[in-house]
Amino acid sequence: MPFGNTHNNFKLNFDVDLEYPDLTKHNNHMAKVLTKDIYAKLRDKQTPSGFTLDDIIQTGVDNPGHPFIMTVGCVAGDEESYEVFKDLLDPIISDRHGGYKPTDKHKTDLNFENLKGGDDLDPNYVLSSRVRTGRSIKGYTLPPHNSRGERRAVERLSVEALNTLDGEFKGKYYPLNKMTDAEQEQLINDHFLFDKPVSPLLLAAGMARDWPDARGIWHNEAKSFLVWVNEEDHLRVISMEKGGNMKEVFRRFCVGLNRIEETFKKHNHGFMWNEHLGYVLTCPSNLGTGLRGGVHVKLPKLSTHAKFEEILTRLRLQKRGTGGVDTASVGGVFDISNADRLGSSEVEQVQLVVDGVKLMVEMEKKLEKGEAIDSMIPAQK
Amino acid sequence: MANNFARLLTSKRNVGILSLVGAGSLTAGFLFNREHVTAGANVRRVYPASAEYPDLRKHNNCMASHLTPAIYAKLVDKATPNGYTLDQAIQTGVDNPGHPFIKTVGMVAGDEESYEVFAELLNPVIKERHNGYDADTMTHPTDLDSRKLTSGQFDERYVLSSRVRTGRSIRGLSLPPACTRAERREVERVVVDALAGLKGDLAGKYYSLVSMTEEEQQQLIDDHFLFDKPVSPLLTCSGMARDWPDARGIWHNNTKTFLIWINEEDHTRVISMEKGGNMKRVFDRFCSGLKEVERLIQEKGWEFMWNERLGYILTCPSNLGTGLRAGVHVKLPRLSKDPRFSKILDNLRLQKRGTGGVDTAAVGSTFDISNLDRLGQSEVQLVQTVVDGVNYLIDCEKKLEKGQDIKIPPPLKK
Repeated sequence: MPFGNTHNNFKLNFDVDLEYPDLTKHNNHMAKVLTKDIYAKLRDKQTPSGFTLDDIIQTGVDNPGHPFIMTVGCVAGDEESYEVFKDLLDPIISDRHGGYKPTDKHKTDLNFENLKGGDDLDPNYVLSSRVRTGRSIKGYTLPPHNSRGERRAVERLSVEALNTLDGEFKGKYYPLNKMTDAEQEQLINDHFLFDKPVSPLLLAAGMARDWPDARGIWHNEAKSFLVWVNEEDHLRVISMEKGGNMKEVFRRFCVGLNRIEETFKKHNHGFMWNEHLGYVLTCPSNLGTGLRGGVHVKLPKLSTHAKFEEILTRLRLQKRGTGGVDTASVGGVFDISNADRLGSSEVEQVQLVVDGVKLMVEMEKKLEKGEAIDSMIPAQK
Repeated sequence: MANNFARLLTSKRNVGILSLVGAGSLTAGFLFNREHVTAGANVRRVYPASAEYPDLRKHNNCMASHLTPAIYAKLVDKATPNGYTLDQAIQTGVDNPGHPFIKTVGMVAGDEESYEVFAELLNPVIKERHNGYDADTMTHPTDLDSRKLTSGQFDERYVLSSRVRTGRSIRGLSLPPACTRAERREVERVVVDALAGLKGDLAGKYYSLVSMTEEEQQQLIDDHFLFDKPVSPLLTCSGMARDWPDARGIWHNNTKTFLIWINEEDHTRVISMEKGGNMKRVFDRFCSGLKEVERLIQEKGWEFMWNERLGYILTCPSNLGTGLRAGVHVKLPRLSKDPRFSKILDNLRLQKRGTGGVDTAAVGSTFDISNLDRLGQSEVQLVQTVVDGVNYLIDCEKKLEKGQDIKIPPPLKK
């Protein structure tokens, strides 16, 4: 919960030893990095908007984590968080993003024409394709920190921008607090409606405050391009369709994003981006491209193969259940997506998904015929 | 470590003494010297109040009923000396619109000064919640002389257990919605230190949630003593569960009849309980235990948050005054099915809950019956109300057993 600078100044009356959190039972990236010395160094700092160290780490203090899953354990409250608290966030970013250094540069590539293939994934196996990312509007604080006034301003600006879209992107905005029962029913049936977060990882960071004020969903008429406003990030942008034409999904993704960005720039509010961190989002795990490109794919045989996990790791992919993160797969259908976000471009990450899924479908077919797949197992990408 | 708190306490002690001698409102306390933060510091804001005013159209809680745009605009720039703001105080009410039939309070205090700085909103909320109690003009009576209680032994064929609970806050330290880790740890230290001085039938032991063993945890669960991290969004939205389980714990005496929760919804919750119907003994122990704990913390220079307008200061405005809930688990199979049951309870100023506590259902016609009121009457008066009321209910049950008719009692003065 954002307490802000006045309350933080009051805390400085107390010794570091008294304020330093007990992280002995914790297993998240923040807990691994936050020594008492770093805490002492950063505790009197705040970003220009008043976001403080304790605001950043609260979610990680409140959610010790799991012995096997490593959560990030911290969030940003604004763009400047990543600068003011770099002594904490740089090591966390390095741990989370494969050794990414403070001096590294991130490449952004949203030219869909650079993607090779992706239009020939077998629809008998690949049921649906989807690419999502997030965007933050420069000059506004992020969901853990923003006030109602600021969140409403983000919504206003976003809806204004989205309403200028035309052609294949022409669509409509459905604010959560005003939608009719019929609209709500339709959005649920389309699997578009997002609900108030229940995960304590998000709640402890203060992202669900004032729900459902200034939250909503925008989508185009064809229901293939969708934007969430003010959920975990200012904007979450999603391109999706049934079947395996990832090439088309990615094309629409890139074109739509570029159109949206142009419109925001015209209003003098570009997206938060810099050449070190790429696109700046609330959770450090989503820095860089913020992109998760994935498919729902039937792999009943491959998924039970002893080398399945290793194959995924080598292909730089991750699996999730069909309900998304933290769900189990149903009927041998898995959500397969890129594992990386920072240090490689959008095109590169989607390429990995396209190539990797194509290979895995071929493996599945081989296993169906009772043949071995050992010779197909790839080298580490 | 002691230096930081001693410095703060010296200034806070003046506040306490001023209010004890009835120097009027706590605004006098703002004259003391605070090194790092000025009283009523202005909050940094970018948007006008009208852009920040919450959408309360679908809300049904006391805060939403009284937070007009005008009051919001007036108070949104203010903060308590510790930096606690209006937006923080009302966050729980904004996030939890309420229920059409149950009216929640919808706001909390972050510290003792919240009740002053945000009085313009809190006083109407207090008035609505506490039957018209006017915090500007009225005074609240505190009376922990349990000898005054009469007829406090219930018929144990009906009353299965008796319990009295309240809360106490340590003056000079912020309340659970706002406290820093250091403050919370200091609350734990101060209280555990004091409790270690209890003797005789009050002597006991502290079990910290952070360091209790598995055996200790199991025993506390079996005794129905262990409290867990709050799950109710009413509590979590106000920030009370931050840093769980740091500095939280349970203390109880060796006979398991006197129990204290540390740093749950309040600094302390104090509970006296036993099986059976001896409410007199439960209340005796409650009063002597509380007084002894108070004496022990005063020896070390601390005191409870209290003033003569609002009585004991607690996190939730609904618990002001006595903060006291005295109740029994009582079997009322016939009376509970009588259509007049609710009206009888109303007139006796009692409420029913299921045997799991608030928001639970009764099991096998055993009810939790307790006082409705908290502020405006003393502890002795409220426990007497429960004693008289429960005796009346038992009398009704007995009459119904014999096929006799019962009467709805005249309503008690609120």
